[in-house]
Amino acid sequence: MKNLVLKGVLAASALVLLANVASATVLEDVKKKGFLQCGVNTGLPGFAAPNDKGEWSGFDVDYCKAVAAAVFGDASKVKYTPLSAKDRLPALQSGEIDVLIRNTTWTLSRDTQGFDFPGVNYYDGQGFMINAKKLSGINSALQLSGASVCVQAGTTTELNLADYFRTNKMEYNPVVFEKVEEVNAAYDSGRCDAYTTDQSGLYAYRLALTAPDDHVVLPEIISKEPLGPVVRQGDPQWADIVRWTHYALLTAEEFGITQANVDEVKNGENPEIKRVLGQEANTKLGTDLGLTNDWVVNIVKAVGNYGEIFEKNLGSGSPLKIARGINAQWSKGGLQYAMPIR
Amino acid sequence: MTDTNISFVRQEMLQGQTPPRGERGIIRWVRLNLIATPVDAVLTILALLALAWFLPPLLNWLFVDASWVGPDRSVCATAAQGGIQPENWSGACWAFVNAKFGQFMYGPYPLDQRWRVNLVGIMFVALLIPLLMPKVPYKVPNAVVFFFVFPIIAFFLLVGGWFGLPYVETSRWGGLLVTLVISFVGISVSLPLGIALALGRRSKMPVIKMLCVIFIEMVRGIPLVTVLFMASYMLPLFLPPGVSFDKFLRALIGVALFASAYMAEVVRGGLQAIPKGQYEGADSLGLGYWQKTGLIILPQALKLVIPGIVNTFIGLFKDTSLVSIISMFDLLGTVRQHFNDPNWASPQTPISGLVFAGFVFWIFCFGMSRYSIFMENRLDTGHKR
Repeated sequence: MKNLVLKGVLAASALVLLANVASATVLEDVKKKGFLQCGVNTGLPGFAAPNDKGEWSGFDVDYCKAVAAAVFGDASKVKYTPLSAKDRLPALQSGEIDVLIRNTTWTLSRDTQGFDFPGVNYYDGQGFMINAKKLSGINSALQLSGASVCVQAGTTTELNLADYFRTNKMEYNPVVFEKVEEVNAAYDSGRCDAYTTDQSGLYAYRLALTAPDDHVVLPEIISKEPLGPVVRQGDPQWADIVRWTHYALLTAEEFGITQANVDEVKNGENPEIKRVLGQEANTKLGTDLGLTNDWVVNIVKAVGNYGEIFEKNLGSGSPLKIARGINAQWSKGGLQYAMPIR
Repeated sequence: MTDTNISFVRQEMLQGQTPPRGERGIIRWVRLNLIATPVDAVLTILALLALAWFLPPLLNWLFVDASWVGPDRSVCATAAQGGIQPENWSGACWAFVNAKFGQFMYGPYPLDQRWRVNLVGIMFVALLIPLLMPKVPYKVPNAVVFFFVFPIIAFFLLVGGWFGLPYVETSRWGGLLVTLVISFVGISVSLPLGIALALGRRSKMPVIKMLCVIFIEMVRGIPLVTVLFMASYMLPLFLPPGVSFDKFLRALIGVALFASAYMAEVVRGGLQAIPKGQYEGADSLGLGYWQKTGLIILPQALKLVIPGIVNTFIGLFKDTSLVSIISMFDLLGTVRQHFNDPNWASPQTPISGLVFAGFVFWIFCFGMSRYSIFMENRLDTGHKR
């Protein structure tokens, strides 16, 4: 009996080993099945949410489309798996999704647990929102001593909050809830003085307040939350594809290549633009990446450049109206800096 | 003594008089039910006050001030919130439910393929209703079609990939469709499996008994959330790549096994309530184990535990919401998912969506509950005390 069990375990592990050796790269897998399986948020306004027809839209969703456009030249070849915060990483690990683009913070512990972060598509940070009408005169988080603060339970947000107030030797009174809707309702009803979460989230949840104009987001950012796509570790080619898709979006904005004018500038004179768009003779930039040479054209045609994606989903073209801030191009005082495509 | 003319004896019965005013009609009902004692009167007044306090605002919110149609969040938000409603407006945002209704029912199922879900739904209702009505004949063929033929047809219709129907993977199922499929499978698997487990647990054969006890106690000891999480994220890690079961199927099996363990204990309660004399009586008639169980014991035991069985069904129906933690979206999960559509985010959206979801769940659960009461009364053969 024991022997049999042992043999079974050995056989099973041999199978797993064999399978690992035999398994293809993610790019080959994706091409073979004919679509990209992209993990997104179950619903965060501006980043990923289904519309009335059930189609996904948002900032992260456009990144999924961009990767699909880079691989297939067709942004519709993508399927979405909505994932909660808890099961996003197991889902990526088990191979259920090919790439996770779900406002995931790049941290060392995640990076060393078998994942790779090819880039940062949104620099976020934890902030505070207060009712400016009720608490007039407060324009800095450092004046919040003694305030009651609404916060969601079990998030890094809760820990950052404690750290911040302790560091600045201020008193505070955390009001902790399990669900986002409960936090919203409590803050809206005046149960607490301030609401803390990622700044992008503050702008999103402000939409659901009774008097949004009374509420202001304070300038202090108390934590770094670099959000970006995640891939499984161990496939550098796939990580490169996701990384350079991000850089392609940024480069397109830098050079003024938009969804509308991409076909026009493709045949223009500017040598830099022609190189980025793969119009140079004998270029191998795209094929070396495992894609076609007009991959940047495909991406921009499908979703536009970084600036367009941002404005459409989060900025002035959306109900959220988030300012570019540190997500502006490096040349405009932001942190978004694309490595050169050459 | 033959005198028949005894005038003081009445020849016919006197017509009954109507009771006094205070003893009939509404007055009597009010007197008996609402103000029978001073305490009752006080309680009645308090209850009326409570109703008057919360009913008008509730009806106002639900119907009068509600916003019924509209293209986006502006109809559900006040001017200050970026909408068109007056200041301090508060009403249900049925426009949100209206716009998202298709999503709530079918989830992300392809728009042009929804007729397949509708067809399955019509077949389901057409087969279920005659099965539920005791007077309609052909119960056995009806049940065979409902429990064996219908699931196969429904499977081919919903999944597709045959007969020119496009393939719709289960990750594109959602909304009420998922809730009903999981509940239907869970209910129709858990009852027979639960009965088998209950009989097994009372069996005199040690191996069978042990296996059943182990299964029931194992499954009952683990939270459903854990079962679902293991089935959807841990199982693929142990399987070689390329070998994979559909995630929906894994969840279905998880829910069905889980419900079976609970059902087994409910049925065992019924089996233990049958007096020993029934078993001995069956034995004395020379019935074998299966005859005894099928003809004498089970009919009585199941009838006794109808409330428990339906309780488990209702619990199962509501537990289907838990599949949203493994990224499958049932009715409630779909509703919650759509709160985050920036086009509809407003203070009234979440509560309207939840009220709608609660109402749909209530309709189904209340239906099951009423039917079980009807069944209990019909099968009542004098055990009532």
